Amino acid sequence: MDIVIVGHVDHGKSTVIGRLLADTGSLPEGKLEQVKENCERNSKPFEYAFLIDALKDEQAQGITIDSARVFFKSPKRDYIIIDAPGHIEFLKNMVSGAARAEAALLVIDAGEGVRENSKRHGYMLSMLGVRQIAVIVNKMDLVRYDESVYNSIVNEYGAFLKEIDIRPKTFIPVSGINGDNITSLVNAMAWYSGKSILDVLDDFTSGKDDADKPLRMPVQDVYKFTRFGDSRRIVSGSILTGSLAVGDEVVFYPSGKKSRIRSIEGFKTKETKTMAAPYPAGFTLEEQIYITRGEMAANSHEAKPLVSSRIRASLFWLGKNPMVKQKSYLLKIGSVKVQARLEQVHRVIDASDLSCTEQKEMIERHDVAECTIKCSKPIAFDVAGDNTLTSRFVIVDEYEISGGGIIQQKMEDSQDWVRDKVYLRNYKWEKSLIPAEKRAERYTQKSCLVLVSGKKNQGKKGLARALEKTLFNDGRVVFFLGIGNVLYGIDADIKGEKGKDERSEHIRRLAEVAHIMMEAGVILVVTAVELTQSDLEIIKTVVNPDRIMTVWVGDDSASDINCDIYVDHADSEERQEEYVAIIKEYLQKSGVIFNPW
Amino acid sequence: MDHLDRLENIGVHILREAYASFKNLCMLWSIGKDSTVLLWLARKAFFGHVPFPLVHIDTHYKIPEMIEYRDRLAREWKLTMVVGENRDALDNKQTFPDGNADRLTCCKKLKTEALVNTLNGSWKRYRMNHATGGYEIDKNTEPYTGVIVGARADEEGSRSKERYFSPRDNRSEWDIGDQPPEFWNQFKTDFAPGTHVRVHPLLDWTELNIWEYIERESIPTVSLYYDHGNGKRYRSLGCGPCTNPIDSTSKNVRDIINELKSGKLKNIAERSGRAQDKDDGGGLETLRREGYM
Repeated sequence: MDIVIVGHVDHGKSTVIGRLLADTGSLPEGKLEQVKENCERNSKPFEYAFLIDALKDEQAQGITIDSARVFFKSPKRDYIIIDAPGHIEFLKNMVSGAARAEAALLVIDAGEGVRENSKRHGYMLSMLGVRQIAVIVNKMDLVRYDESVYNSIVNEYGAFLKEIDIRPKTFIPVSGINGDNITSLVNAMAWYSGKSILDVLDDFTSGKDDADKPLRMPVQDVYKFTRFGDSRRIVSGSILTGSLAVGDEVVFYPSGKKSRIRSIEGFKTKETKTMAAPYPAGFTLEEQIYITRGEMAANSHEAKPLVSSRIRASLFWLGKNPMVKQKSYLLKIGSVKVQARLEQVHRVIDASDLSCTEQKEMIERHDVAECTIKCSKPIAFDVAGDNTLTSRFVIVDEYEISGGGIIQQKMEDSQDWVRDKVYLRNYKWEKSLIPAEKRAERYTQKSCLVLVSGKKNQGKKGLARALEKTLFNDGRVVFFLGIGNVLYGIDADIKGEKGKDERSEHIRRLAEVAHIMMEAGVILVVTAVELTQSDLEIIKTVVNPDRIMTVWVGDDSASDINCDIYVDHADSEERQEEYVAIIKEYLQKSGVIFNPW
Repeated sequence: MDHLDRLENIGVHILREAYASFKNLCMLWSIGKDSTVLLWLARKAFFGHVPFPLVHIDTHYKIPEMIEYRDRLAREWKLTMVVGENRDALDNKQTFPDGNADRLTCCKKLKTEALVNTLNGSWKRYRMNHATGGYEIDKNTEPYTGVIVGARADEEGSRSKERYFSPRDNRSEWDIGDQPPEFWNQFKTDFAPGTHVRVHPLLDWTELNIWEYIERESIPTVSLYYDHGNGKRYRSLGCGPCTNPIDSTSKNVRDIINELKSGKLKNIAERSGRAQDKDDGGGLETLRREGYM
């Protein structure tokens, strides 16, 4: 069981652990003597903390810099004790240590009383999801084992914990230096009738009931090791909650694609038909669907995860630079990584005194904030109240993990109305018995949607037709679809109605037609006047976003989308030919068209 | 779920994250028990395959049996086996004890420098040709950006402070005082050009866990770990001149587990037979800051 020990700097965390190790005989032979000898040689008084603070800088400065893992055994079970630093500067190290723990010991110096980081660490424990906490009032020897000093700390800190909704298991008065109440109770504090630290550790409960919740498995990868002569296509990932079994119908989010589990795979394991959290799983599917890392598997008969590109979250920030609205960050949740922006800061909380400000525009180092975040793509998640494990994310600034957040609420995004239709479509979709790869092999191409956009009269259509002709002559399966072809047939019922909603619906229907043709393996070339970012988002929700290529013809000063290829103007045949060659090269590079040899 | 299951689960998860995150990934294989357990975990994670090269730094002071064992498993398990070395230091005898270097300098030359320059591709790498069984110069000289290592937190002080994903700068140095945060199963998988990330799936394992897992999974190990009748065996494997066998009559995995649990090894540090640790004031911090695994 992993236990973290936290608290304000110099309140004696490492000493308590050092003592716990020494008094339970958990140290290797000669270790105590070696550390004592080292101290003598460097003319420093011996401290139990030196047993843990292994780094040279730590011993020189007498502080813990980074969390250490310490292995220790009680008669009941094995422990990994994580010694977290109490210095504010090393909060990121405290977070790294504490997030792994199932329970925490929070140390407060009896002489100094409750300090800023006593509170901050308490708050961080609650955000990190560490629910079992015992509070240790240390250095009781320095206050002459005075019960009233102990009681006033219990009252003050107990009130703080109540405010942040934590109910501590217990408070324990100890002296780390003298070893009082660490492994057994002492007469000096006869007024204390509770348990020693060792007994309290053994009272913590280990293991969670994650297997009983709905299935959530972020897909880490889909493996196909054909190079090693293995034709299995194995969907792999660690099951966060719930369980899965051969025959289960699984749906992957955010794409909404479904299939059925054919077999559960493993290496040197017993053959099995079921797997549950927290095991890493690997399975094959009945029907081959195109899914990649970043999707989350759920069971079609259980509660669905939420999907949106906007979330409201509580977030703590560890980065050297503040989190600001103008900058683009990476958000990592489960196995997915998307670009994200800070949309709004609702309020910022100072975790050391619980004071709030609502006027802040940025989130600074060590702030805790409630905020809205907008992602570049939809993500699948649950809110914290439903499933802690799938509500947690981190924010990467430059190359560093700089913040951690818990999703409290799904916020509406512009694609909700389209996504609902797509999920139903995918759920009801009759899959072809011919797998997409077979089709790709036969046609020597993958399906693709080439969107040609730009202002009116720039030669879009000419370019599109030239592209269709060239690809056709190359033997590709290609079709040019003018928007008018859709307008008078499929859109007959809404044609002529003007307004933003109608435009969105036109685009959605166009994308649905494209989706059908792409399922058939076709390269589809479509022209559309002045495509906007919001149009493109609708199309990306309806068809596989990895198979869309965008071309802009002519003046792009008013355009808000980033296209793959820009074309000056395509009004002459020579120019068309030139640009067709560029588009062809792009399609080749991105693996859409290829040669069979 | 027992403790070994839990350790295995974390290890498999981390290996899959590493494989998904780094284009040029490799695993260091020292031939010892820890990195062999790591290799086994990779076969578990990738359903019998090992989809990245195994890199071994040959100091040429390794006990010969280790090299035979390495090549045998490489053939049987179809591993992509890559070997690196410090040719200059060997040619110029910057070695211990037969050359003109002390223990730490020898370690630095033959291990740290060889490792750093093999990983970044500036020195020659040799790759096993499975058709001939021999080693040939590896044409691939691209730097490895992800390096999987079998370090365990309980081995010594600086390793107890490691992250699962631990960055190294462009000189392979480790800034131990300023490590990135790591929580909720999200790791440092973004890195600046020129830097690389060391991945440590075995941090939470103890020496005892390693042997219990070897027993449970029947993982083949090099026979130097066992007593063959003279009352001596190796507890930790390194170079011949700096690694001493211990007095022990453990003849198989079960004997070793019993010896670690209740016998005379219960309270003796594992690396007590490794002389270079003592020369660094009882730890490996200096070596490891410079790039040693």
